[in-house]
Amino acid sequence: MAKGDPGGTTRSRRPAPRSKKGAAGSPELVQLLTPDGERIDSATGPDGTEYRVDFTDEEYRGLYRDLVMVRKLDAEATALQRQGELGLWASLLGQEAAQVGSGRALRTQDMAFPTYREHGVLYCRGIDPIMPLGLFRGVDQGGWDPNEFKFNMYTIVIGAQTLHATGYAMGITMDGKIGTDDGEAAIAYFGDGATSQGDVNEAFVWASVFNAPLVFFCQNNQYAISEPLERQTRVPLYQRAAGFGFPGVRVDGNDVLASYAVTRTALDNARHGQGPSLIEAYTYRMGAHTTSDDPTRYRIASEVESWQAKDPITRVKAFLDKQQIADAAFFAEVDEQARRESVHLRERVLNMPNPEPVTMFDHVYPNGSPLLDEQRATFNRYMESFEGSAH
Amino acid sequence: MSRIKTFNLPDLGEGLTEGEILAWLVKVGDTIELNQPIVEVETAKAAVEIPAKWAGQVQAIHHQEGTTVEVGTPIIAIDTDPGAGPLDAPSTTATPGGDLPTPSAASLAAVEVAPAEGMVEPGLIGGAAPGGRTAVLVGYGPRTTAAKRRPRKGAVPAQAVAAPAPVAPAPPPAPVAPAPALDGRGAATGGLVLAKPPVRKLAKDLGVDLSTLTGSGPLGSITREDVQRAASGAVAAAEPITATAVATSAASFGADREQRIPVKGVRKLTAENMSRSAFTAPHVTEFLTVDVTRAMKALDRLRGRREWRDVRVSPLLLVAKAVLLAVKRHPMVNSTWAGDEIVVKEYVNLGIAAATERGLIVPNVKDAGRLSLRELADALNDLVQTAKSGRTSPADMSGGTLTITNVGVFGVDTGTPILPPGESAILAFGAVREMPWVHKGKVKPRQVTTLGLSFDHRIIDGELGSKFLRDIGDFLADPEAALLAWT
Repeated sequence: MAKGDPGGTTRSRRPAPRSKKGAAGSPELVQLLTPDGERIDSATGPDGTEYRVDFTDEEYRGLYRDLVMVRKLDAEATALQRQGELGLWASLLGQEAAQVGSGRALRTQDMAFPTYREHGVLYCRGIDPIMPLGLFRGVDQGGWDPNEFKFNMYTIVIGAQTLHATGYAMGITMDGKIGTDDGEAAIAYFGDGATSQGDVNEAFVWASVFNAPLVFFCQNNQYAISEPLERQTRVPLYQRAAGFGFPGVRVDGNDVLASYAVTRTALDNARHGQGPSLIEAYTYRMGAHTTSDDPTRYRIASEVESWQAKDPITRVKAFLDKQQIADAAFFAEVDEQARRESVHLRERVLNMPNPEPVTMFDHVYPNGSPLLDEQRATFNRYMESFEGSAH
Repeated sequence: MSRIKTFNLPDLGEGLTEGEILAWLVKVGDTIELNQPIVEVETAKAAVEIPAKWAGQVQAIHHQEGTTVEVGTPIIAIDTDPGAGPLDAPSTTATPGGDLPTPSAASLAAVEVAPAEGMVEPGLIGGAAPGGRTAVLVGYGPRTTAAKRRPRKGAVPAQAVAAPAPVAPAPPPAPVAPAPALDGRGAATGGLVLAKPPVRKLAKDLGVDLSTLTGSGPLGSITREDVQRAASGAVAAAEPITATAVATSAASFGADREQRIPVKGVRKLTAENMSRSAFTAPHVTEFLTVDVTRAMKALDRLRGRREWRDVRVSPLLLVAKAVLLAVKRHPMVNSTWAGDEIVVKEYVNLGIAAATERGLIVPNVKDAGRLSLRELADALNDLVQTAKSGRTSPADMSGGTLTITNVGVFGVDTGTPILPPGESAILAFGAVREMPWVHKGKVKPRQVTTLGLSFDHRIIDGELGSKFLRDIGDFLADPEAALLAWT
């Protein structure tokens, strides 16, 4: 794919401080940690922005813990679906680094708009991982408070959340909450398939012309269910941003450090009033699209294997090990924590009560409605008409 | 709570009603861990592994491999506390699943941190290969089960029939789908009678009990005529029909001495592919009888070499090599008719038709033209072993460009093979027999075989097809000379 002339936009391309070899091979990819666990001091984006991170040992270990936890909880949810305890599950396997990296880059005041696969971002926002499981078990609507956690409800409709995020971000501007270090920003998550949606393109236009403090975070996991990337685009996705008038950058989505660095910079630019940007986190969906999907029908084993070599967790572990930031005891302790929490999660899922049917009338209007009250009463009479009406 | 827990087949993919048991990964008596893969199930959407819901010991397996099971039907019973001594009588009654929300402390304690591969999505390439997949000749979609939506009102699930006190009178088993349980008890599958509302009204008016009828309409639904015939007393009572259905399902012949086998799975796909190919590609078949004595001797010499000692070497290997070399000389035979263009391929994904327990499948060796003879031998052996064990994946079966069918192993001389859809040539390799043959002017017993080549006449003319077949024959008649001359 040509990294050709992006069409009228002048770019100053400086050479990367250290040449990166390796799987990605693409010079456009921002990477700070190679698949082998080798640290790269800094990397340069297509517009010349320099990306680097400086973490304490404790923070490095924290990121590793996040990645392992997120993967383990996700695997448990997949197992629960197979056991008939969830109706459906969209696994994030393989995309942990993109989610943890960007999720940890968010500041308290920033607002995130997820798809239905952002379990890792949800985890980083401090939301109880049981929350999405209730949604996929069909016992609630995914009942966290978006305002409390600054994390919107999961959006099932592909790409719709990018418009919600744009509106929200425009609201930030209207509230005057930008332009300082403590300004606010929003981030919209979506996938490579969503870039073909009208909604996403409309969001690009609006965010661009209104200079909305918004980061478009595209996890390019190479497949829109079964449709491969080459059926979505002829140019690297991040280059689309140029046509809409804002910067775009491609980051190694399996590199938690680079994902963090790129997102942090983009959010800071947004909160300082410099408008939207697009991040293409180049990653791979190791699992099925959802538990209803069978990826062996549309992709070959060797492709999956080649991405296994770029696993987001293995490289962090190798780095921690090599730099002696963590020892075997630490890794064992993290595994043990993941095991405990996944068992705990399972136990709680199995004990989730089925909601009373009448609760469907709750939370429709903030202050109730006479018509709804009437319907509720009718429904209650109906339910009571059953023998031994303890449903 | 009983220590024996029964696991019912869940709805694995949003509104499915059934799944086929592909393979049991555990057997009765095995000790299993929580989330350990226990069974591979194929639904209309995907083939997946199901992880164990409880740790314990496998107490009973309710359905054999190859059985199609309704969602909600018990498939396995697990003793969650096998250390607690023998089971007392009451607890052996299987509890219907679904009422067991809390995992036992023992099962929780038994959770292991899954190894890296344990995190791999079941059914994913690179995870444990989903085995015994329904075969397709070309393309992806194995589809053994129709994606039926759930009926709006819940059908009486099978477990309710087996429950001690059924709430509603269970209708007799629908004779449409004979799916016997392993122990021979007729499994009540659904029990819902299919009939359109006006037909139901008619039956009610005429006093006909729909559950006693066998439907002759689509999907076994009961038609107006069925009801009218029943009303006039012309239809047999329910009992003999049910008896016939059970007898049929036991793979024997009914009173009419005919057996009806539902067309599904590999059989159905094979039928579809063969009809499609036979009636779209104009086939021409040519035959060539060849003295392969020298090739057989060459094989023997190959077997005698040290580096080939542990490799299974069969005549098929030389035939494959002959085909690959001949393709290099005539690339046009390795092509696809694509309507307004012909797609000629530089790579050869060499298909080998294999008879398996599940039926005919055609896995292929990817880019076989690039392999050395030794690599080709290994690839062919792998492919055959995988096929025999029923673990061939759809990826192995898709993308074939040219196929060999080795009918000789059945002891026949040759045939007129039908092209796999999308391919332009297929070679039938007959039995190698000792026959009287004129060799150097004298009739001598020689090893002789007959090749049959079918090709798509839209792409390949008689001349090209003949040259291609002739080259394969030349190679088999004198492999060393052909190698020297061609490569």
